This record gives sequence, structure tokens and C-alpha cells, in this order.
Amino acid sequence: MEVMVILVPLALGLGLVGLLGFLWSLKSGQYDDLEGAAWRAISDDEPAPDVPAD
Amino acid sequence: MRSIRDFSHYVKDAGAGLAHIDLAVEGVSCAGCMSKIERGLAAIPEVTLARVNLTDRRVALEWKRGALDPTRFIERLAELGYKAYPYETASAETAEVEHSRFLLRCLGVAAFATMNVMMLSVPVWSGNISDMMPEQRDFFHWLSALIALPAVAYAGQPFFASAFRALRKRNVNMDVPISIGVILALGMSVVETVHHAEHTYFDAAIMLLTFLLFGRYLDQSMRRRTRAVAANLAALKAETAVKFVSPDEIAEVPVAAIAPGDIVLLRPGERCAVDGTVIEGRSQLDQSLITGETMHVDADRGTAVYAGSFNISGTLRVRVAAASEATLLAEITRLLDNALQARSRYVRFADRASRLYAPVVHATALLTMLGWIVLGASWHDAIVTGIAVLIITCPCALGLAIPTVQTVASGAMFRAGVLLNSGDSIERLAEVDCIIFDKTGTLTLPDLEVVDAGAIPPDMFELAGRMALSSHHPVAAAIAQAACAKSPLLEAVEQPGQGVRALVGGVETRLGRPSFCGSERLAQDRAPLDPEASIVAFRHGEAKYLFSVRQALRPDAKAVISALQQRGIQIEIVSGDRESAVAAAARELAIGEWRAGVTPADKIARIEELKRRDLKVMMVGDGLNDAPALAAAHVSMSPISAAHLSQATADLVFLGRPLAPVIAAIDFSRKAGHLMRQNLWLAVLYNCLAVPLAIGGLVTPLIAAAAMSGSSVLVMLNALRARRAAPWRA
Repeated sequence: MEVMVILVPLALGLGLVGLLGFLWSLKSGQYDDLEGAAWRAISDDEPAPDVPAD
Repeated sequence: MRSIRDFSHYVKDAGAGLAHIDLAVEGVSCAGCMSKIERGLAAIPEVTLARVNLTDRRVALEWKRGALDPTRFIERLAELGYKAYPYETASAETAEVEHSRFLLRCLGVAAFATMNVMMLSVPVWSGNISDMMPEQRDFFHWLSALIALPAVAYAGQPFFASAFRALRKRNVNMDVPISIGVILALGMSVVETVHHAEHTYFDAAIMLLTFLLFGRYLDQSMRRRTRAVAANLAALKAETAVKFVSPDEIAEVPVAAIAPGDIVLLRPGERCAVDGTVIEGRSQLDQSLITGETMHVDADRGTAVYAGSFNISGTLRVRVAAASEATLLAEITRLLDNALQARSRYVRFADRASRLYAPVVHATALLTMLGWIVLGASWHDAIVTGIAVLIITCPCALGLAIPTVQTVASGAMFRAGVLLNSGDSIERLAEVDCIIFDKTGTLTLPDLEVVDAGAIPPDMFELAGRMALSSHHPVAAAIAQAACAKSPLLEAVEQPGQGVRALVGGVETRLGRPSFCGSERLAQDRAPLDPEASIVAFRHGEAKYLFSVRQALRPDAKAVISALQQRGIQIEIVSGDRESAVAAAARELAIGEWRAGVTPADKIARIEELKRRDLKVMMVGDGLNDAPALAAAHVSMSPISAAHLSQATADLVFLGRPLAPVIAAIDFSRKAGHLMRQNLWLAVLYNCLAVPLAIGGLVTPLIAAAAMSGSSVLVMLNALRARRAAPWRA
């Protein structure tokens, strides 16, 4: 049962990391445009220099 | 003439030498549009950020301050095929965004806490029937408490705050039983943990909050989205005014940048965007958006003009007034305030349900506790059983029953072209059994149309359309549009107040007043047939034709009205327009009840009269004069072309030319109302099954968790049916 001394804090720690990750993603505006984000994931990264400057 | 457009009002300082502007963009609907816009804008030198928000249909732009004029972006977007305009975030929208982020944060905290508490609870449940040591169980209970208590303290805020507000007003809402249930469950669990007991309810309490927050968040995000769309539509109307920046210099500025005391120029064919007083000039105004009256009003020095008035003939200088100065507005504002106060008495369906629910549940819990004491149980066991009753009846399903239906129904209505301004409008709309329509701009379209285009030879019609392009007169604009004219006749000359003349292939051609074209006799014969129409004459050599131009009924108005009548809804027209105009519209639409020349106060009086007959009245109107009536009615609706004040007052706003959204709104809300009731009954049924178990002291935390999640999922699945109302077709 000594293993619980490691496992329980580990499990809680992982949960906390997940929560902090969620709060960070929320704060950095990743939930502001869910529809756009879905499309951005599959769109090609455009090579910016190809576009002629006008 | 091209005046400078000044958007500096919308440009914000983004720090680090950058300027920031947000644009609302029309027609962005796919990933293709998104990358096209972003590439197109990023290609402009000095632009450091161009990012499309596909959900809100907006673009955020940043560039080196001073290097570019915002007009450049709007022109670039126009080249790409998108109409764009800067928008100003209303404070209401900022608050909604802030609140919805807060709810999402709460939901995140509650969901993570639920998962971790569950991870600890499942071993306890299985350990209780196998070989778990009491010390281990206590350890797990303490850990659960460590997670659940801070999480509930944070994520429960929306419920606790709302319950506290209601209690302070000596009221009960849905959040009161929720808060009591959660707090008692946690308190009891802590006491049980201290006493090394077998069962605690940390998992039930935090899971309940997660489910409820989920419902709240969905509801909130739907409302936020509607608001964003409404703000975009308002911005894309691109309301500007021509302001005198010095006595003889003008600039076109957004309306938001105009202050009382400024002097603006109002040219023929322009819609006035401000309230004020004429200080110079003479003209005729179409005030149908203000008063419902379709006859034009003469304006000269001293005449009050209101935002939404359409200038017909002459150029005016208008001094912008503060809102309270204009007398009509002051009167309407007063009526509106009274009506709004009366409306706030409406009690939401959910709160009405909880007024019944809370006392019954709390009494049951108390009786359970007393019953067990009478039967000889210990105080401790009796209290634990009493609280178990509260936990099992905690209105999880009840709290989800209404928001989920509302979210699904408002999503379906959104797709049908109806935007919701207020959260509880769906349930009020579902009860409607009488609809009062305004005529001008509501049953009819806001712009003028040629009604007898078929009677004129196509080649003549086309020629007249090209002539019309040379005139600023709104009636001419209607003819040009009806003829789909693109290229103006270069030799056409406008004679102010008369019409347009030109030599076409050596033949004298005129378009304008009947007297200008020598067609008085023809016009005199025509006038009595349709007293509402403006008659325009067209003469090409000796051939003479007449156009009747008027505000036409919405294309599907007749079908919608008869469909509404079939649904057992009583229809009335109450309009500020003249009797002959209203009577004609009523006759065409087969509406028996109509009133003409009605003042804003009389509109309210009519609504009150119907209310006394126990009818739930919906008001559909667009004019400034309708605003108080919109507020006084049980529920109200405005077309998107309505006056600002009316649109802000109405519970729902519909888009587009057809009247069909009215019927879609009725159908979806009736379906939603039905489902809300059904969901409440499901919740009651669940309680009938679960409460006897709780009273008997048989509920373990495992049963509580299963019952709670089972009933929540059931209610949510039922709510999904709200999007499937049979679509109505004309």
C-alpha cells in the first residue's frame, strides 16, 4: 500500500496540470472562435512570400 | 461627390506602436473565405495582424500606427468581394462575453474536480463490498473533500450569487434549492468523514454542479452568439452622417462619432441617422419609420427630424439634439419606461416551477427526518436520511430541463432568421394567442417598389430605369432597381422637383411628375385606383406610361397571415398610418380587425384591453412609435430594418424580406414550450421513483450518482427534439 503515497499525489497532480492547461487555453483565447479553429487545423500553411505585395 | 470617410473613432491603440480595429464582415462562411481574407489583408504592407473569427464573422486587424488608413482595409475587402464595416462593441456584449468566459472557467473547474472525485469514489464504492480498510476509506474521503470543497466554492458562485439575490428580495428561484442541496450535502459529507462513516456525497454535489454549469454555459453561449450577429448587422448598415467639421468643410463620419450640437448635412435620398432640428433648407421627409405615416411631411427651419427619416427632395442642415430635446422622442421614452417596468413582473417558467418545487422538497426532507426520529432512529441517522432526500431531489434535471431546450430552440430559430434578444422570450412566445401587426415596414417592405412593372413594355421600362439612375429621388431609385438598370444615360439632366429629361436617339424623353411629362389626365384617372401609390410618368416621344410606386406587402404576407389564423391566433393591424392605406392592406390580407391613425399611447391602450381579455399579445412592429407597444406586449418582434429603439426593445428580431420568420418563431417556440413541460414532467417522474428510496434510507452515493446522471442525460436527449419542428412553407 506504500505505492499510494506516490500514486495519489501523482493522480491529483496530473488532474491539476490538466485543469491549469484548460484555464491557460481559455485565457489565451482558444475558445473564442471554435468554428474557425476547426478549419485552421486542416488548412495548409500558406507560404507568405508567394503573395505579391500590392 | 466623394467625401472623406473618417474611421478614427473605431481605431484603438494596441500598444507597441500598433493600431487595432475590428471589422464586421458579411458573407464569411467557410474556411476558403477565411484564408482568402487573411491572405488578402496580410499582403498589405505594414499590417501586422489579420485574423478572421469565423464564429462571430469578424476580422481583427493591427498595423503600424499612422502607416495606413482604415478605409484601405474596407476597400481591400470590397475588392475581395466582402462587405465590411467597423463595429463598436456594445457594453452589453462585452458583459456577455465576460460572463460566458466565467461560466466556462467554472465548468472547467467543476468538470476536473468531478473526474478526480469520481476517481476516488469508485474505489470506495467497490471497496465497501470487498476488503477496503476503514483507514483507506477515510483517506480517500479526506482527499475528496480536499478537491470538492474549493472546487464547489469557486464553481458554485453563479448559483450561490443568484440564490442569494433572490432570497434577499424574498423570492425563490431555481438556484435556491440547488444551493441548499449542494451546501448541505457537502456539510454532511464533511461531518460523516470526521466520524469515519461509510458514505459521503462529495461526488454527487460536484457532479450536480458540473451538469448544471453545462446547461448554463450552453444557454449563455447561444445568447452571446445572437448578440454578436445582431451587432454585426447593426454595424453593416454602415450608418454615417455628413458632418460639418468647419463652416464650409464636410466629412463623412460614423454615427457613433457624432455629438449633440454638431451640424450635419442631409442630402436628398439619404436617411437621417441622428435626431435633431432643421436649421436651414426645405424639403419633404418620409417619416414612415418614425410614425408609420406614409404621406410625406414638409420640413423647413425648426422642424424636428428623427433618426430613420428619409429625405426626399431638398438639402437640409440639421443640428443634432440630445435625445431628450426632441418632443416625440421624450414622449416615446416616457411611455417606454412605464411599459418596461410593467414587463419586468414576468416570472420565468423555471422560477415558477421552483416556487412550487422548493417548498415541497424541503418539507419532504424535514418530514423524513422527523419520521425517522419518531420511528426511533438516532438523530445522526435521521439527519443523514433527510439530507439524502435533498440530494436526490436536487433539481439537476429540473435545472437542465429548460436551458437545454432553450439553447436548441434558439439555435433552430437562428437558422430560420430569428434572433433572440432576451432569454425568456421563447417561453413567452409559446403562449401567444393574439398578434398585433404594425403595417408600414412590418407587413409591407420598408423600401419602395414598382407595383405594375408588367404593364409597361420591357424596352420602355429599361429606358426609364436608365433615366432614373440620374436622379436622387427615392422613387426614381425604386424604378432603377426594378428595371435592373446599370448604365445611366449620360445626357440625362435632372430638373430638381420635376424629373429627369434626355434626348434618346433624337426623341425627347422625360421621367418624373405627371405634369412634367404632360400626363396629368392619365394620372388623374389612375390616382383613385390606388391612393397609396406615388405615380411617376414616363414619356418617350408621344408614348406615355405611368408607374405606380409604393411600399409593397412582404411577398409571403398573405400566406403567413392565413397560416397564423389557422393556428388559432387572432390577428390585428394597429397602425399609425391613414385609414385608407390600412384598410387596403387589411382587405388584401383578409384581416378583419384593424385600426388606423393610432398614437403610441393608444397602441398600448389596445394591448392593455386585449390583456384584460386574458389574451397573450405579441406585437410585431418596426417604427419608433411602436417601441412602447413592443415593450407593453407579452412578447414582441421587429424586422431588422426597424428603428434602433424598437429593435433594442423587441424580444426577437427577424431578418430578410419574407414574413415567414414570424411563423417559424411561433412554431419553434410552441414546440419548445411543449418540450420544456415534458422535461419538467420527466424530472417529476424521476423524483417519484427516487424519493421513496431516499425516504426509506436506501440511497447510497452510487445510486445518487447514477440517478442524477441518468436523468440529466434523458432530459438533454429530449431537448434535442426541439430543433425538429416541421418547417412551414408558403
